[in-house]
Amino acid sequence: MGGCRVFNLMLVGLGFARSLFGCQQTLVAAQVNTGQVDFVKDVAPILASRCLNCHADTAEGGFRLVDESAWQHGGDSGAVFLPGNPDASRVIQRITASKESGHRMPPEGTPLSETQIDILRSWITQGATWPTQVTLKSPKMAAADHWAFRVIQRPDVPELTSQAGYRVLNPIDAFVVDSLRRREIQQSPEADPLVLLRRVTLDLTGLPPSPDDVKDYLADVPEVRYEHVVDRLLASPHYGERWARPWLDLCHFADTDGYLTDQKRPVAWRYRDWLIHAFNHDMPFDQMTEFQLAGDLIDSPTEDSLLATGFLRNTLSNREGGADLEEYRVEQIVDRTQMVGTIWLGLTLGCARCHDHKYDPVSQKQFYELFAVLDQADEVNLPIPLSGEQSLFEQQYVEYRRKRDERIAPILDELKTLQARWEAKMLEAVANPGVSPIWDRQWEVLGLIWGGELGEGQLEGCVIVRTPVEQRTADEKDRLLDYFLARGSLIDEAAFSRLNLATLSSELETMKKSVTWPTRAPTMRQARQPRTVSIHTRGDFRVPGDLVRPGLLELNHSSPANGIDDAESQITRRNLSAWLMDKDNPLTARVAVNRAWQEFFGRGLVDPPDDFGLRGSAPDHPALLDWLAAEYRDNGWHTKSLHRLIVMSATYRQSSAFRADLHQIDPRNALLARQMPLRLNADQVRDTVLSASGLLCRTIGGPSVFPPQPEVVAKEGFSNVWKTSEGEDRYRRGLYTWIQRLSPFAQNVTFDAPPTNSICTRRDRSNSPLQALTLLNDPVFFEAAEAMARQVLREDHQSDRERISALVVRALARPATDDELDVLMNYLNDQKQLVNSSLPDQTETELSGTDRTVVDERELRVWAGVCSVILNLHELITRE
Amino acid sequence: MLNPDRRQLLQSSGYGLGWIALRQMLAEASPAGKESAAQSSGLRVAQQSAESQLTVPSGPHFTPRAKNVIFLFMSGGPSHLDLFDPKPTLNRLHGETVPRTFTESLADPVIRGDARCFGSPRVFRRYGQCGMEFSDYASHLGSCADDICMIRSMYTTSSNHDPGQLLMQCGTVLFGHPCMGSWVTYGLGSESRNLPGFVVLLSNSGEGVDGGTALWSNGFLPSNYRGVTFRNSGDPILHLSSPQGVTEQMQRRRLDAIRSMNELRYHQTQDPELTARIESYELAWRMQSAAPELVDFSDETSSTRALYGLDQEVTRPFGSNCLLARRMVERGVRFVQLYHSTWDDHSDLNQHLKKNTDMTDLPAAGLIRDLKQRGLLDETLVIWAGEFGRTPMHEIRRGTTPGKEGRDHHPFGFTVLMAGGGVRSGAVIGRTDEFGYHSVEQRMHVHDLQATILHCLGLDHLQLTYRHQGRDFRLTDVAGEVMSSVLT
Repeated sequence: MGGCRVFNLMLVGLGFARSLFGCQQTLVAAQVNTGQVDFVKDVAPILASRCLNCHADTAEGGFRLVDESAWQHGGDSGAVFLPGNPDASRVIQRITASKESGHRMPPEGTPLSETQIDILRSWITQGATWPTQVTLKSPKMAAADHWAFRVIQRPDVPELTSQAGYRVLNPIDAFVVDSLRRREIQQSPEADPLVLLRRVTLDLTGLPPSPDDVKDYLADVPEVRYEHVVDRLLASPHYGERWARPWLDLCHFADTDGYLTDQKRPVAWRYRDWLIHAFNHDMPFDQMTEFQLAGDLIDSPTEDSLLATGFLRNTLSNREGGADLEEYRVEQIVDRTQMVGTIWLGLTLGCARCHDHKYDPVSQKQFYELFAVLDQADEVNLPIPLSGEQSLFEQQYVEYRRKRDERIAPILDELKTLQARWEAKMLEAVANPGVSPIWDRQWEVLGLIWGGELGEGQLEGCVIVRTPVEQRTADEKDRLLDYFLARGSLIDEAAFSRLNLATLSSELETMKKSVTWPTRAPTMRQARQPRTVSIHTRGDFRVPGDLVRPGLLELNHSSPANGIDDAESQITRRNLSAWLMDKDNPLTARVAVNRAWQEFFGRGLVDPPDDFGLRGSAPDHPALLDWLAAEYRDNGWHTKSLHRLIVMSATYRQSSAFRADLHQIDPRNALLARQMPLRLNADQVRDTVLSASGLLCRTIGGPSVFPPQPEVVAKEGFSNVWKTSEGEDRYRRGLYTWIQRLSPFAQNVTFDAPPTNSICTRRDRSNSPLQALTLLNDPVFFEAAEAMARQVLREDHQSDRERISALVVRALARPATDDELDVLMNYLNDQKQLVNSSLPDQTETELSGTDRTVVDERELRVWAGVCSVILNLHELITRE
Repeated sequence: MLNPDRRQLLQSSGYGLGWIALRQMLAEASPAGKESAAQSSGLRVAQQSAESQLTVPSGPHFTPRAKNVIFLFMSGGPSHLDLFDPKPTLNRLHGETVPRTFTESLADPVIRGDARCFGSPRVFRRYGQCGMEFSDYASHLGSCADDICMIRSMYTTSSNHDPGQLLMQCGTVLFGHPCMGSWVTYGLGSESRNLPGFVVLLSNSGEGVDGGTALWSNGFLPSNYRGVTFRNSGDPILHLSSPQGVTEQMQRRRLDAIRSMNELRYHQTQDPELTARIESYELAWRMQSAAPELVDFSDETSSTRALYGLDQEVTRPFGSNCLLARRMVERGVRFVQLYHSTWDDHSDLNQHLKKNTDMTDLPAAGLIRDLKQRGLLDETLVIWAGEFGRTPMHEIRRGTTPGKEGRDHHPFGFTVLMAGGGVRSGAVIGRTDEFGYHSVEQRMHVHDLQATILHCLGLDHLQLTYRHQGRDFRLTDVAGEVMSSVLT
């Protein structure tokens, strides 16, 4: 080895060539219990994690540690080991040297542990044999080779046209057909027109087609009707609702705080509605990204861009007494860092929270650099009025202001002094924890309960106290004063009672209630004081390591965003967003189109979709993935165009019917020689049933609702209450159902809605008897069957058979077959007998609504049974 | 993970996924050998659709000591000092400030300023031949001392309820990880054909469990492994009973019509998921009859009922769930998780503790005794545990009222009880220091407890893994040691 040079490279985690893993397992199996040190199992991980960053690609000291010959060859100063003689081996001398000597390897970071040194010693004693077939790669080398870290180059589209059993309608098909042809596998034929109509309607709007949609479709010109439908659906306001869902899963949106007390966030929906709106208006993905990550930092923030920052507010808040404020604030930043990692980069960044990533080129330091970018923001709710609110508020506010100021004026100075003392006491306690438990507690309570049950930024109160009085906004002053009056008596009980502050407090509360305040919305705001961030040793924020500056990951694309190489300026969330959406960022576009693909085919081209790192799966169709990514990126990040491209392809339009020939060779449908039948997600199951029954309320947006569910469900969490909504709010789309993190809506859980504590990139599609029980017996679904029956009984039909036909079209968007009609007719007649015998008395029930025709109770029972059968069909909850 | 040859077998079998589902549901009728190891979870129908991972239980890694688990989770953190771990020194120093010599030795000084020792107001005495000590509030459990393994050296790493409970159930304070019951059914499947393999029973006085449903979440495992909540009011399983006015005969006819319609569609699409759906409906039907039978205690003798305290109002809620748990393991349910909340006695400890022990002590002891008399204790592992213990000092954080003192959360030392399949009986493992503050001998972290529980079930906690985000995850995170001192 050459002279000692100190180099400043971060040591990046363990990184084998992928091929090593297979080999590792065999070797390990072969060497069990021999008592010997095993190269692959014991030695290679040490070399890879501690040596290869300098002794692989860069070959410091002329020494490379990648394979047998390089190892044998040694470095500039000759051999590094003497077989059988560890003490005389240079490698052992260097790793055991003291740091002061300047000779120690590795020069940075902690020395090798004694165990690690012993392993290397034993290996040299054993003869230091390097297995011939084993090649090590540094993380950087492995990363450089990794497909997902290469800049996206637009691949050439195979030159193919429709021919002999293959349909090529757009470039997607060219890629897919090219691979099918080479394997001599046939494409599936186009799906039945009505199956296709139902499929694309569900995929683009989350709702099934109505009987009128079916009629219109069949009446349109066959050559163009599909395209017409696609364009109609893309323009539908329900498109945004459907596409908000997977994004809400990603950011784990919910209407409550999470953790023990799981308090309400009654304005969380403002972000959800922004998202629907953004999808409906086809906001380009780069702008969506910038708004959500940095909507407060753009040049001229708008209400729209501020609402978008609600994205970052979907992290949990722990308001349990005794919860450490900083610990759970840190959890939020970690969560946000992971969101950026998973949602845009498809990387498992969370691993690097405690240590360098074991497989991907992300060091712990880099994790905290990214963390530091997101750490410079605070949670604040802002008044962002709904339409009509502002003018009313402005009128009322003038009077309110005057009255409030008048009421306080006589004691204003005294109050100011008192509050200042209170604040000083708390700040003193924060600076000297443990000295005064009651003031520690006073501060803790401020951080725990501020804005609770209102979904306000939990730590905003603490932030205001830390802000010098002259820099506080009027609103901040008011709200902190209100809090102080209600909870600050500890500072001087006598003064509180002398000045009668309890009365003042309640009077001000009453006064506040006389004003219709603009609806608030969760947003983020750049922190007033920059936070310094250190590496959290082993992921523990209480054990700070080296300081880091806000920074971005080093993927293959070179410079992050413009202007941030400057040592003085800090990398901001805006820079982060620009870096994510940079055209040379190799991951963002791939990860995004892959997730879109997953929604249309049930499975991404890369599956699972949350790991594009070295341990992730390779894409089934790499060129197609890259082409789609390039298309999306280069054409303005228009999501609707991407979706249109996919649904217009012949690949998408194929039949999903089972093919015995494919089952064995391609059980997961990676080759895409067919479509896949997909069970609807929880929202869609609900929406489809309600839609078929005519109960569905199609109102878009607004506060979340509480549809009926058994009372016991809410009780699973800590004293939660479910106050069932009235009227049409009982029948809103599933998207609007209140999400209580600790005790989620039962129907959703049964149909695999994910827990909302962490990111979900892909929902399960299980098939369980609990689903059967729900569809059969849940009063909500049985009510739907009754509503459907009422409706069809009100209609004018020639015969029972015709009536049944109408029901099938309503539910399945296709005519029933004769066999199906026979089955249902038999059931109908059977039910008539059963119901007649069980309900001998003539009873009548009144229909609600405008049509007040009286329907025979027995008739209703019978037909509700028929409707229930139809609403329980596998096909109903499947998009074929 | 599915072992390769089995995966191959399934994929090359020439049958659809529906066939796999069917095989799994009928697993108890399958031939010996590998297939029979793949006992089905009663709920595991069509192991995920084709687009997702196929998972089949691997079966035990070695000969199990226990087949089933009944986990009595004492949510909120019961006080070890007033139930299981007597501390004469603490009692002697009652009311005095904690000796400096002690506080100075603490690595993590959570004892603040004026903390004062809080001796236990309870009376301890020795029980059974083994002479294990219990307080008078736990006298019924005490009467089972010779069947109990008492671990006094537990410790944990979280002192808040929600994270602490997550750690105990899911092995991590991070979200999105499967709980123990999910891991176990993933590893072993269930032996019940008509009931879910992993059941959760809540008995609380209207107050839910702090950690909420995340505590019985399947996390990243397929959702079939999620715990199914049985309720103690209304339907035992959500939507188990037919809608009002629908007779059993009508329900059956409805199912027949659904089945015929589904079969017609199957002829057109051959979608294997459809056959699985048909089977789901049949299983739902069987559950509709099996579950009421399960929760119908009319075949239990009055002495059995008394054993569980069903004859007394105060013990009935928890007692019913304990009896239900026994009936479940008799019917092949693999993992029964009971929750009782809440033991979070920040104030008025003596009164609150009495309330909780009045509700639970007798039924928990009754369960152990009943399992034993039926010969089920050998194959059932019973665990009694909370997420942490309570401080040896008065609650400081929220202040104290004389005569109404409470204890705060305490992660550094607490007690867990185990009984039955594979664990020593009449044994006390480890100890805490003279204040009951730190676990000091045979220290047992939550991960060690988890490794040990899995071990009793024949599962190696290092091998029971699932690939997620490029990594093999397990219940015990990157830690956990089987505590052989606990095992027979």
